[in-house]
Amino acid sequence: MAKVHQFDVVVVGAGGAGLMAGLYASKTAKTAIISKLYPTRSHTGAAQGGISAALGNYEEDKPEWHMYDTVKGSDYLGDQDAIEFMCNEAINAVLELEHMGLPFDRTPEGRISQRPFGGHTNNETGKPVRRAAHAADRTGHMILQTLYQQCIKNKVNFFDEYQVLDFIMVNGKAAGVVAVELATGELHTIHAKSVIFATGGHGRIFEVTSNAYAYTGDGAAILLRHGIPLEDMEFFQFHPTGIYKLGILITEGVRGEGGVLINGKGERFMPKYAPGVKDLASRDVVSRAIYTEIKEGRGVDGKNYVYLDIRPETVNKYAAEDGRTNPDGSKYNLTADQVLKKLPDIVDFCRVYLGVDPVTQMMPIQPTAHYTMGGIPTNKFGEVIIDDKNTVLPGLFAAGECACVSVHGGNRLGTNSLLDLVVFGKHAGLRAAEYAKTAEFEKLPGVAEAGSRLEFDALRNGSGKENVFDLSAELKNVMFSDVGIYRNEKDMQGAIEKVRELKHRYKNIKVGDTGKIFNTELLNAWELGNLLDIAEVVAVSAVNRKESRGGHSREDYPERDDSNWLKHTLVWNRNGKLEIGYKPVVITKHQPKARIY
Amino acid sequence: MEITVKIFRYNPEKDTRGSYVTYKVDADENDRILDVLEVIKGKVDGTLAFRRSCAHGVCGSDAMRINGRNMLACKTLIRDVGTNITVEPVLGLKIQKDLIVDMEPFFDNYRKMLPYLINDSPLPADGRERLQSPEDRARFDESTKCILCAACTTSCPSYWANGEYYGPAAIVTAHRFIFDSRDEGAAERLHILSETDGTVRCHTAYNCTEACPREIQITKAIGEVKMAMVTGKLD
Repeated sequence: MAKVHQFDVVVVGAGGAGLMAGLYASKTAKTAIISKLYPTRSHTGAAQGGISAALGNYEEDKPEWHMYDTVKGSDYLGDQDAIEFMCNEAINAVLELEHMGLPFDRTPEGRISQRPFGGHTNNETGKPVRRAAHAADRTGHMILQTLYQQCIKNKVNFFDEYQVLDFIMVNGKAAGVVAVELATGELHTIHAKSVIFATGGHGRIFEVTSNAYAYTGDGAAILLRHGIPLEDMEFFQFHPTGIYKLGILITEGVRGEGGVLINGKGERFMPKYAPGVKDLASRDVVSRAIYTEIKEGRGVDGKNYVYLDIRPETVNKYAAEDGRTNPDGSKYNLTADQVLKKLPDIVDFCRVYLGVDPVTQMMPIQPTAHYTMGGIPTNKFGEVIIDDKNTVLPGLFAAGECACVSVHGGNRLGTNSLLDLVVFGKHAGLRAAEYAKTAEFEKLPGVAEAGSRLEFDALRNGSGKENVFDLSAELKNVMFSDVGIYRNEKDMQGAIEKVRELKHRYKNIKVGDTGKIFNTELLNAWELGNLLDIAEVVAVSAVNRKESRGGHSREDYPERDDSNWLKHTLVWNRNGKLEIGYKPVVITKHQPKARIY
Repeated sequence: MEITVKIFRYNPEKDTRGSYVTYKVDADENDRILDVLEVIKGKVDGTLAFRRSCAHGVCGSDAMRINGRNMLACKTLIRDVGTNITVEPVLGLKIQKDLIVDMEPFFDNYRKMLPYLINDSPLPADGRERLQSPEDRARFDESTKCILCAACTTSCPSYWANGEYYGPAAIVTAHRFIFDSRDEGAAERLHILSETDGTVRCHTAYNCTEACPREIQITKAIGEVKMAMVTGKLD
């Protein structure tokens, strides 16, 4: 029998969203946070460039501009009520982080420093605006640390290194989760009134990715198995600047500080694709531009990469050409020392992994799978919704990258992910605690962990013909090449067949480790099951959407098609078969129009 | 090219003591040690246990001893360490399985430092941020880089000798707040660190500074904390 614990609210995941949810829920409800990693290992810590808010600390900025930029960035697929809510909350959210102790960089006046980022504009002039509040190039690290510290201060209960395995649903309501304690292999049932999933994204379905090993879509996959739909899963963001081959993220902040993209012929190419904001266009636009340069033979040495150049002489040359100025109107001038101070981790990554010094050399980069726009459908209070009528599943919440509110629509703006975590993590926590105040505990089923035991037994007792490492590699390959930056019907159909073949072969894997203590082999095998389920939903959603929008670019349907496709995709798993439905987009202030940067 | 990797193995469910197992695998000179461990686990022996997540040196999961020095497996390349490699768990914390050690004592020490901003003064009346000059912000910049990987603490001979010592990582955490101009808890933290398990146990061996994958000048930070304890001043 599993050990049983009881809490009003259980949060699954201890990244930015989970910690914020736990922090707020714990103010009024008995709350536990379970996480498969120590909280400070969570992937929020890898976020670099900044968190957006129209603080206006250097120049005029407004939440309305932030809202419009986000709507435009989403290629009009984001729900405008939720986007407006997030952008209005942004200022207080960032100030609250500062009050909690987050060490933001400072302006000369001592205020929070901000830098330009892709798609952040002054809506009147169309010029880039400094909106991304930053702590060097480790803003996510500082958010993660600060929120964990606040949770320690507020004595939140942590179950560190507990892997969630299942969601317990009774009478159509949340009743808790099942988890395995990694250090002992013991199963635990966490009986709760409210369950908040904050389990992050699933970038590990792709070969070249900036995402952590932990990003295996656990929460989304578990809920899919319980009949809860996933929304807009065809929308996945490929970040333009990952380290060549490794996929390690090089922040957009590099371009915010004046860095430019250079092709194999030594030309700056972004002005061709985005004459207005050039290298600071939305990520989907820049990734496609890089891909096009490479496809047309202008990669470096005929290979699949281009250069990102932050060498001060390059930056200052193009800054002068673009007429870029400092906030006080003086000429923009970047020095080597500033590169080292503002982008220390980027310099470090390049030196360690490439043997390249960005102050004197260009960085070889290629687009890297980066961010899950789709996910578990929620409203702006983090309540999970299960159909096109926005019906809520009582007691079930989701926040952060695993959720789809949707504030990112077809393409997320840089720095809006950290904002999403903080804003919607908080509101999910508040709402979950409020729900728990009046709800009763549902009676647990006889053996809540029975399903998890069966899953583990199946993995341990497979025929042994297949290997987790190989299946995983085959999955990542096919998804990156055929459901990647550019997509077409034929390749995607092939990918779907391949994923289904892999799902079939997955039944024949065998886990060699029969032990209980830190059986990471069993865990990795179980995570692969999640990746396979999620990859199928991504590919099926992508082949179904016959248009190009945001991060979803189809060679066979190159145009956006608002008359047929201005709607969210919902995909349900009905007895092993995927069923597709739709949900309308909420449009309040901004009617869709052509998206030009 | 073929490389030889000797790994410390210990499975508490089967073994009474640990032993070394040697693996020969193909690798590229630009591969990370973590990549090599993944290949061994994936293709040779799935029971090999180690922690990892971000794979690029920012999450702090995979500190281990590589050729006798504490490093992150994901931030160490074959070309940095050669083709004859020994991988062992860090020292000073109980081995739970293979390369995985018990991190609880480490995080306990972190929590003892009151690792959160202490400031009971009212917030600015306009609700905006507390002001802090760029110079004041720079004062504690280095110690904000810490990823709690434990490479420093588990390289410290004083920590090996006495596991009650809070260790360098905890002191770096304390430093991050003590020298933050917005914080009001310096006296409390300095008091904690003046106890017998505090900074007095640091004998400036410099192992911590050399082990830090974030290149934090840890010994210097500890020195600054000691100085503040003596002078009662925070400049």
